[in-house]
Amino acid sequence: MSAAAMTNQAGDAGKVTDAARPVGAKPAAAGTPVMTAAPAPTGSGGGERLLAALQAVLRAVMPPVAGLALLIGLWHLATLNGGGIPSPAKTWDAAVVLFSDPFYREGPNDQGIGWNVLASLQRVGIGFSIAALVGIPAGFLLGRFAILSRMLNPIISLLRPVSPLAWLPIGLLVFQRADPAATWTIFICSIWPMVLNTAQGVTRVPQDYLNVARVLKLSEWKVFTRILFPAVLPYMLTGIRLSIGTAWLVIVAAEMLTGGVGIGFWVWDEWNNLKVEHIIIAIFVIGTVGLALEQALMLLARRFNYEGR
Amino acid sequence: MSKKIVQIENVGQTFATKKGKFTALRDINLDIHEGESVSLIGHSGCGKSTLLNLIAGLTLPSSGVMLCDGREIAGPGPERAVVFQNHSLLPWLTCFDNVYLAVERVFSAKEGKAKLKARTREALALVGLSHAESKYPHEISGGMKQRVGIARALSMQPRILLMDEPFGALDALTRANLQDELMKILAATRATMVMVTHDVDEAVLLSDRVVMLTNGPAATIGEVLEVKLARPRDRLALAHEPMFGDCRAAIMEFLYQKQLRVAA
Repeated sequence: MSAAAMTNQAGDAGKVTDAARPVGAKPAAAGTPVMTAAPAPTGSGGGERLLAALQAVLRAVMPPVAGLALLIGLWHLATLNGGGIPSPAKTWDAAVVLFSDPFYREGPNDQGIGWNVLASLQRVGIGFSIAALVGIPAGFLLGRFAILSRMLNPIISLLRPVSPLAWLPIGLLVFQRADPAATWTIFICSIWPMVLNTAQGVTRVPQDYLNVARVLKLSEWKVFTRILFPAVLPYMLTGIRLSIGTAWLVIVAAEMLTGGVGIGFWVWDEWNNLKVEHIIIAIFVIGTVGLALEQALMLLARRFNYEGR
Repeated sequence: MSKKIVQIENVGQTFATKKGKFTALRDINLDIHEGESVSLIGHSGCGKSTLLNLIAGLTLPSSGVMLCDGREIAGPGPERAVVFQNHSLLPWLTCFDNVYLAVERVFSAKEGKAKLKARTREALALVGLSHAESKYPHEISGGMKQRVGIARALSMQPRILLMDEPFGALDALTRANLQDELMKILAATRATMVMVTHDVDEAVLLSDRVVMLTNGPAATIGEVLEVKLARPRDRLALAHEPMFGDCRAAIMEFLYQKQLRVAA
């Protein structure tokens, strides 16, 4: 693991020098060859490099910042004439108050936004984990045994397009409580991508790798740990990423229906209180958490992507 | 000559396809003796890789008998190591671990970890890759990957080394380099080798016998040419050697006159 991390770093370092080279190469083209033959690290060279790095950062950061500014500008213009939607400034003020104490607790229905987000994340975590524990092994079985896949694929195809919220009443009926019912909907919505992607990964393991296993006569356990699992891992991580994304989409809706503590319920509660600026803040918070989850898993997936390197 | 390692008797191979039965090989009779290097050559699609896969045990023949050391070949095994055309290294393992996987499988019953590691290093040293043992396959060149593939195969101390166009995907210079190294390794280890190739020079240079297959479908052995050039062979000296030219000419005649591919 650490060896691969180090090679990644080396790769990054290579990129930096590549980016810096054109800048250093310019005087070489203009000046005498003698000058370029002695590349002494002068102060101006370091400054130039710093400038280039700054420029690169600016180039990367500017467009998204401009996009965000445009969004806020339009939002500001739209709210100039009043109306129900609060202005960016008003929302900002509310956000400052809200985030100054995100972890207060005044009774079960009045808790800080931090607790609400954590409660939602916990539900997603539990539902998703159970789905992974069931879905990934199921995916391996479906990919390995064609008969199983022929048996179960029609059922999966039938159930997959169903909104997980349709399963909520079943959860309420079975578990008799709101909280496990919400977790249950998360389980249902996150299991399909993991089953299907893992199964696809198993069927796509290159025949060459399996031939290597056959020639070496590896034991089933070795085949699994050394060939099947690493080969399927990128597909599995894609499934996990899709699942987490869907789960985070669904939890908001599920919590609106089930109540309790959670960011979805909080949105609904603030709607009942007519605190629209809080709803807008919640939208940003939900988006940020979703983005963070997605990015974290992308990072993980890149770490285990062997083919693309 | 010395002991027969592989015996192929009246072997045929048919595949079931959508259009019915397809006969790839028929009436193959071939013995491979200990220590010799044999090339299988023929036009593409003639079934030379199919024949190699049969020896490897990756596929089983539809008819006939295949023996290795007198026992029927019922499946693949480490005593018939394969060097695959596209190296087939596991991308998530380092070069060392790729070879170690093979070494561990063959020798871990009798030997301790230190000995297994020593064997792995030895195999990598044999192909001149000691410096790259902790690199991953994606970090090394195509020629180096193929060398690791050869190291992996040799590390198992196989009875016979099976190579499926091992240098086909490499550039001419790298290929020449690896051919020379392979000759040295074969001379040093006295390994038996069967190699599939479509390169006439490669076949003559590396082989004691060149087995020429007729065109498919239903390909069989057309001619067998004995290459009686002395070893060690040097590619530069051979360029002026009349016998080398004669061997080349014989193979070319077979491939381009007797088995000219009609509307390939």
